[in-house]
Amino acid sequence: MNVTRKGFLRITGMCFAVAGARKASGAIGEKLTFPRTAKRWGMAIDVGKCLQKEGCTKCIEACHKAHNVPTFRDARHEIKWIWKTGYEEAFAVEGRVYAPAALQGKLLPFLCNHCDDPPCTRVCPTGATWKREDGIVMMDWHRCIGCRYCVAACPYGSRSFNWMDPRPGIAVLNPDYPTRTKGVVEKCTFCEERLARSLQPACVEVCPAKALVFGDLGDSHSPLRELLRARYSVRRKPELGTAPSVFYIV
Amino acid sequence: MFMFEKALAGGRRYWIWLLALCVVIAAGFLFYLRQFSEGLAITGMSRDVSWGIYIAQFTFLVGVAASAVMVVLPYYLHNWRVFGKITILGEFLAVASVSMCMLFILADMGQPTRVLNMILYPAPHSIMFWDMVSLGGYLLLNAVIAHVTLRSEYKDVAPPAWIRPVILLSIPWAISIHTVTAFLYSGLPGRAFWLTAVLAPRFLASAFASGPALLILLCLLIRKFTSFDAGREAVRKLAVIVTYAMLANVFLMLMEVFTAFYSRIPEHLSPFEYMFFGLRGRTSLVPWMWTSAILAAVALILLLVPRLRQSERLLAIACSAVFVSLWIDKGVCLVVCGFIPSPLGAVTEYTPTLPEVSITLGIWAVGFLLVTLFYKITLSVRGRLAPGV
Repeated sequence: MNVTRKGFLRITGMCFAVAGARKASGAIGEKLTFPRTAKRWGMAIDVGKCLQKEGCTKCIEACHKAHNVPTFRDARHEIKWIWKTGYEEAFAVEGRVYAPAALQGKLLPFLCNHCDDPPCTRVCPTGATWKREDGIVMMDWHRCIGCRYCVAACPYGSRSFNWMDPRPGIAVLNPDYPTRTKGVVEKCTFCEERLARSLQPACVEVCPAKALVFGDLGDSHSPLRELLRARYSVRRKPELGTAPSVFYIV
Repeated sequence: MFMFEKALAGGRRYWIWLLALCVVIAAGFLFYLRQFSEGLAITGMSRDVSWGIYIAQFTFLVGVAASAVMVVLPYYLHNWRVFGKITILGEFLAVASVSMCMLFILADMGQPTRVLNMILYPAPHSIMFWDMVSLGGYLLLNAVIAHVTLRSEYKDVAPPAWIRPVILLSIPWAISIHTVTAFLYSGLPGRAFWLTAVLAPRFLASAFASGPALLILLCLLIRKFTSFDAGREAVRKLAVIVTYAMLANVFLMLMEVFTAFYSRIPEHLSPFEYMFFGLRGRTSLVPWMWTSAILAAVALILLLVPRLRQSERLLAIACSAVFVSLWIDKGVCLVVCGFIPSPLGAVTEYTPTLPEVSITLGIWAVGFLLVTLFYKITLSVRGRLAPGV
């Protein structure tokens, strides 16, 4: 084939144009409506809506699949970013005796609270976990030395430690997200990798009951703040002063 | 240079003892290699009880290390001449204990190869950073003090004048290591069992009981096997220190028990209930804690009655009881019960596995090895060893 310089450049240029157009159309396909940044990210969980779909574990599946969270049969070695626990157990102080009948013995989703004043980041001896300016409590899995001080410090049981190599426990690998190694701590990051692409967290997006509402707590006009103004909500262990960013609308 | 040649000459019994220690160390090391490649899953720790016997030993041994101050302080600040012969034994015991502490921390780490991140990315807001600083400093202080004073004895000259301020510095430093170690626990908002201002004082009281108790036992052992005698008076004074410290410790522990059981606040009460009576049918620590309580009572009776305390055989029993009682309290229960029940109300029990126990014994054997070598050098320098011991 006889290719002139002009012809070569023309074909190359067309290739770039096609690739760019595909990228642009892909980005349009993804919902660009969600803001990329916030003063303080937060979440509200509408317990009533969540309980409409009792036994649903879509949020857990979506999250754990997106973040290569392994599944281990032995509960001692469990890794969980979002999971379901009984209302009475998680809200021990308020619940127990006079829990509303609708809530008694019911399982609700729990995840890292992304506290405003997180004890876990305070105790980390290497700065491997820290709070971002937008409120997300982050992890650096390459700096973590596995001392598990943050696990002891978290009052909510939101942190998991890799007691062994997690890779054999991952059923379907998501190549777009890193896996972890044995000996480091991990937890929910409010899907910071999706937020950077103007996408809502995976659990929020997948919830069939739309029970999870994500948004900016720092913006008094955000839909999240509107919701919290309109409905009664609680946070876990408010007496500890950690100020969680996750609210439960009961 | 370090007078190490003195440790290389010894009798049959000495070498058999060293060999036995090395076997225990080797077994622990082999299990550690397995833990290094497979991860901490081979231990009994879990998502709910995420610290176990390693961190508990660390906590207990920081106390033993700090207790050197109980011989250094009376000797250097109050001129208790009777402690002249044993201050160095206390300092070497501190060096061995801090070394064990560091090994236990390393054994507990998920990523031990990244340990230098603690220095590369120092985090002064973390109590663990300050624990590293205080433990490292204390190790250095005691190693320097013990070496310099022993070297002067070896050369038959007075110790250099500059060592005195270093020794004086080691006194508050000893208090600091155990205070900071208590702060590791007592500053965590979600763990009501540890969230008590009395934790640091209790740590110090139990340290000043268990450390000198061990020192008494070591002095009695040394006298049995060598011609070195710490002196009846020194042992008697140490026994008084053990008595007061043990009383203070039991008193503070009872304060904790009262606050928990009388206030009946669930988060404060549950760990104590688990420890003494069991929670939701889970009772694996109950026999341990009662053993500790009974031993403490027995020890106090033996120590408080002067006539009994003066009998060295009974004193040895009392000191063993103190040591074991406080080891159970701090080296087993204190750390584990902080995690029970979990933040989500689960009662997950913890039992160390065989590899974990073997690694733990291996590190203890390292400590015994260090103490043996240090004491051997010290006694050889003092010419108190019959040839062949």
